[in-house]
Amino acid sequence: MGRKLDPTTKVKRGPGRKARKQKGAEIELAKLLVNEDEPKKLSSRGRKRAVKRAKGATARTDEKQPKKGFSDDNSKWLTPAKRKRKIDHSEGDDDSDSQWEQEEDDGDEVEDIEQGVKEQLEADDDDDDDDMVDDYGAMEDSSEGQEQEDEAAGSDGEELLPIERAARKQKKRQEAAAPEGEDDDDDDDDDDEEEEEEEDDEQEEEEEQDTVQANIDHMDRFKLPSAEEKDKEGHLLLDLQSVHQRIKDNVDVLSHFTEKREEGRTRSEYLSLLKSDLCTYYSYNDFLMGSLMELFPNAELIDFLEANEVQRPVTIRTNTLKTRRRDLAQALINRGVNLDPLGKWSKVGLVIFDSSVPIGATPEYLAGHYMLQGASSLLPVMALSPQEGESVLDMSAAPGGKTTYMAQLMRNTGVIVANDASAERLKSVVGNVHRLGVTNTIICNYDGRAFPKVMGGFDRVLLDAPCSGTGVISKDPAVKTSKDTSDILRSAHLQKELILAAIDSVNADSQTGGYLVYCTCSITVEENEWVVDYALRKRNVKLVPTGLDFGKEGFTRFKERRFHPSLKLTRRFYPHSHNMDGFFVAKLKKFSNTIPTSPAVDEENEKASETETPATSEEKNSKPESKQQSKGTRGNVKAASNSKTESPNAKKKPVVKGKKLKDEGPKKKRAKMDEQNSKEGKTKEKLQALKIHKDITNESVTEKAEGSLLKKKTNKKNQKKLFK
Amino acid sequence: MRPLTDEETKVMFEKLSKYIGENIKLLVDRPDGTYCFRLHHDRVYYISEKILKLATNISRGKLVSVGTCFGKFTKTQTFRLHITALDFLAPYAKYKVWVKPGAEQSFLYGNHIMKSGLGRITENTNKYQGIVVYSMADVPLGFGVAAKSTQECRKVDPMAIVALHQADVGEYIRNEDTLT
Repeated sequence: MGRKLDPTTKVKRGPGRKARKQKGAEIELAKLLVNEDEPKKLSSRGRKRAVKRAKGATARTDEKQPKKGFSDDNSKWLTPAKRKRKIDHSEGDDDSDSQWEQEEDDGDEVEDIEQGVKEQLEADDDDDDDDMVDDYGAMEDSSEGQEQEDEAAGSDGEELLPIERAARKQKKRQEAAAPEGEDDDDDDDDDDEEEEEEEDDEQEEEEEQDTVQANIDHMDRFKLPSAEEKDKEGHLLLDLQSVHQRIKDNVDVLSHFTEKREEGRTRSEYLSLLKSDLCTYYSYNDFLMGSLMELFPNAELIDFLEANEVQRPVTIRTNTLKTRRRDLAQALINRGVNLDPLGKWSKVGLVIFDSSVPIGATPEYLAGHYMLQGASSLLPVMALSPQEGESVLDMSAAPGGKTTYMAQLMRNTGVIVANDASAERLKSVVGNVHRLGVTNTIICNYDGRAFPKVMGGFDRVLLDAPCSGTGVISKDPAVKTSKDTSDILRSAHLQKELILAAIDSVNADSQTGGYLVYCTCSITVEENEWVVDYALRKRNVKLVPTGLDFGKEGFTRFKERRFHPSLKLTRRFYPHSHNMDGFFVAKLKKFSNTIPTSPAVDEENEKASETETPATSEEKNSKPESKQQSKGTRGNVKAASNSKTESPNAKKKPVVKGKKLKDEGPKKKRAKMDEQNSKEGKTKEKLQALKIHKDITNESVTEKAEGSLLKKKTNKKNQKKLFK
Repeated sequence: MRPLTDEETKVMFEKLSKYIGENIKLLVDRPDGTYCFRLHHDRVYYISEKILKLATNISRGKLVSVGTCFGKFTKTQTFRLHITALDFLAPYAKYKVWVKPGAEQSFLYGNHIMKSGLGRITENTNKYQGIVVYSMADVPLGFGVAAKSTQECRKVDPMAIVALHQADVGEYIRNEDTLT
C-alpha cells in the first residue's frame, strides 16, 4: 500500500511539511519509541495507583515480588511490562492474534486492516473507541515489537525529537511525582493537540498495564460489585468507559481465576456480571449474548463482538464469463478505485479499499463485469464446485450472487435452477443473471420444501438456508436485539425441513456429483451442526471435506449435545478471525437414493424419550410455527421467509411421497414398500407429535391463547389421518 | 410457456433484424445445440432446448424466467426489445456507435447521444437504423436508433442528437423490477 497520511506528522512544527514527510518513517519510528517510554507518563488513575503502590511497595516486595526493584523508574516499569506480555499470551488472546498474523500472509485485505490497526496505534489516535478495539489483541502485539525496536533505535531520531522527548520525560516524571496535582486527561485539552493525543493513548495503555500489574500484586483490585451496587447501577446511567474497564478486568480475572478471584465469589458471579456488562456495552440482548458466550471463550468473544462493530471490506467477484480479473482490476483502477486481490484462495475476488465512484454503478458493473459479493458467499460455491454440463439447484438463490458464480464455474453450460421463496427478491436474481450474461438458468419461485416434488435428480444442490443472521451482525445490527430462542429454533426447524428436501433433490447415482452444500450466515450451533447432524441421521448422506483449506472446524460436541464425529469436516468462518461474515459451510455426499425410514423413526423415538434432545424441542417448535404461519399474524416470521399458506405438515407429506416415487423410478415395488414403511413411520411420528402437542398445550400458555382452536383442528386432522 | 405464433415470430424477427440484420440466422441455427424462442407471460425467452425441457417441470405461475429474456409483446402486439437481449445483439450488430468516456454516464442515465459525445460511428449508417452503443473500450452499453445518417452527423452542431436512446445497461439498476 504506500505511505498513509499520518495524523501525527501533520501537527508537527519545523522546517517545512514536505521535508518532514520525506523523512516520515523515522519520525514515526521515533514517535513510537517515545510512546514506549510512556510508562512514565501516568494517567490520573495510574498516578493514584502509583502512590498506593509506592506506599505498599516495601511490604509487598518482601513477601511477594522480591524481584521488583523500585529504585529506578525504568527498571521499575520494564519488569512488569515483561510479565504482562507473558500474561497476555496465556490469556488466550494469542490464539486469535496468531490467526490474524497468518491471514496477513495470504489475505491482503486482512493485512491491510491489520496495518490499519497498527497505523492507528502508531498515529496515537485519540479516538478512544478505536483503541478499545485493539487493546485485547493487536495492541499488545504491536507494543511488544515496538519495545524491542525502542532499545535498538533509541538514540536515532530527528534533531528536534530528543529534546522533545526529554521534555516529555521530564513532564511525566513530574506528573508521577505530583500524583493528585492534575487529575484528569481533560486538563490538557487546550494544550498541544499532539501531546494530548499521545497522552490519551498512553493513559489507555498505562491503565491497562496498571490493572494487570495491580491484579498481580493486589488481589482485590477488581471487585465484584455487591447487590446494592448493582441495584444502583440499574437506575444510574453507567458510562461506557467504566463498563469497558470492568469488562477488561473481569476477563482478566476469569482467565486466571484461581489466582485472581475474590475469595468467596464463584465463577458464575463473575460470568453473569461479564454478561450483563457486555450486553450493556455492545447492546445485545441477553439471549444472544448468552449463546455467544457459550460459543466462544471470553477473550475470543470480545474479539468477535468488536469485529461486529466494524464493517467487513467491500469485495467484488469478477465475472469470468465476460472479462478477466486483471482487465477488470485495471479498468477499475482507471476509474479511481483502490483495490487488491482478495486472497490466495480466490482467483476471482477483489477487495475494494476505497473508491471515488460508486462501486455498484460503474459502467463495468452495469456491463456485468463483476458482482458485488461478500467474500464469505464465495465459499459455499467453491465447496460445491459445480462441473460443466451438470444440473445444479440453488435452493434459495436471491440475490443471485452464488447462482451467477456457479454459472461462471460451469461456463454457462448445463442447467442451474435458481429458486427462491420470495418473488420480490427474485427480481434481483433475474437482473443479476441477465446482467452477468448467464443463459443457463431457470428461475422459479417455489417454497424450497416443495422441491423434490417439482424437480429432482440434480447433480448438485446448494442450500443457503434462511437463518437468524447471527454471523452478519455488522451488516444488520438489528439482530443484536431482535432474536430470541424461538427465532433460532424456528429457523432451525425450517432448515431441517429444507435440508431434507435438498438431499432428496440430489441424485446419488450421478456420475459426477451427488453433492449437497449446506451453508448459513449464522454461527449458532442450533442452525448449523445440529441441522447437519439431523440430516446425517435422517438420510443416506455423509460429510465430505469442503475443499476449503481455512476456516475453523465445526463442533462435534456442544454443551450437552454430541454430534457425529465427521462434523469436524464442516467449516466455520468468523468475522474476527477471517475478516468475512460469520459463515458455516458443510458439504454432504449422498450415497444412496433410498430413504432410511425405519431406523430414523427409531431414533426419533429414542430422542423423544429424552427430554432435552433436539428432536423434541424442534417438534415443539414446529407446532407453534405452523400455527403462526397459517394465521400469518406473528410479526417476526422473518426466519420463515419461505412461509406459505399451507402448514408445513401438509406440505411435508406429499413431498416425501413424490420424491420417493421419482427417485425410485423403475424400482416401483421397492418404492411402494418404502411408502408403506414411511406410512408406518408417519403414524409413529404423528403419535409422537400429538404427545408433544399435549405437552405444549399444557406448557405454552402464550401460544394457546390464540392458537388453541387451530390446534384442536390440526389435532383432529392428525387423528383422522391416523385412524384412516 | 408456448412457442410463438407465426404473427409474433414475424413481428419479433422484424424488430431484431433492425439491429443484427441477416445475422438472425446465427441465433436460430447454432452449432452448440438447438435454441428456440418461447413466450411466457408476454415475454419472449431465448432458451436452449435442453433447458426448455427441464423448465416444463415448473408450473406457469411459479416460473419467473428461463434462459435469456429478449423483450416483450405490448398490449398492441408490437415487440419491444429489452436490455437483457444486449448480450445477443452486441456480437452480431451491423451498425455500431461508440460514445466518448465523458458521455458514457449520460447515456447510462437514459439520455440520447449528442454529437459531442459521439466517438465513432459505423460508415453508411442510415437514418433510423437500429444501432448498438459501445463505450470506447468496446463494452456494449445499450442500443438505440440513429437519428442522423453518418453523412449528416459530420455536419450537425455538437448539441444535436445523433442517436436516440432505446435501452441501456443502466436499466439493470433503474428498472430492475420490470426486467421480467
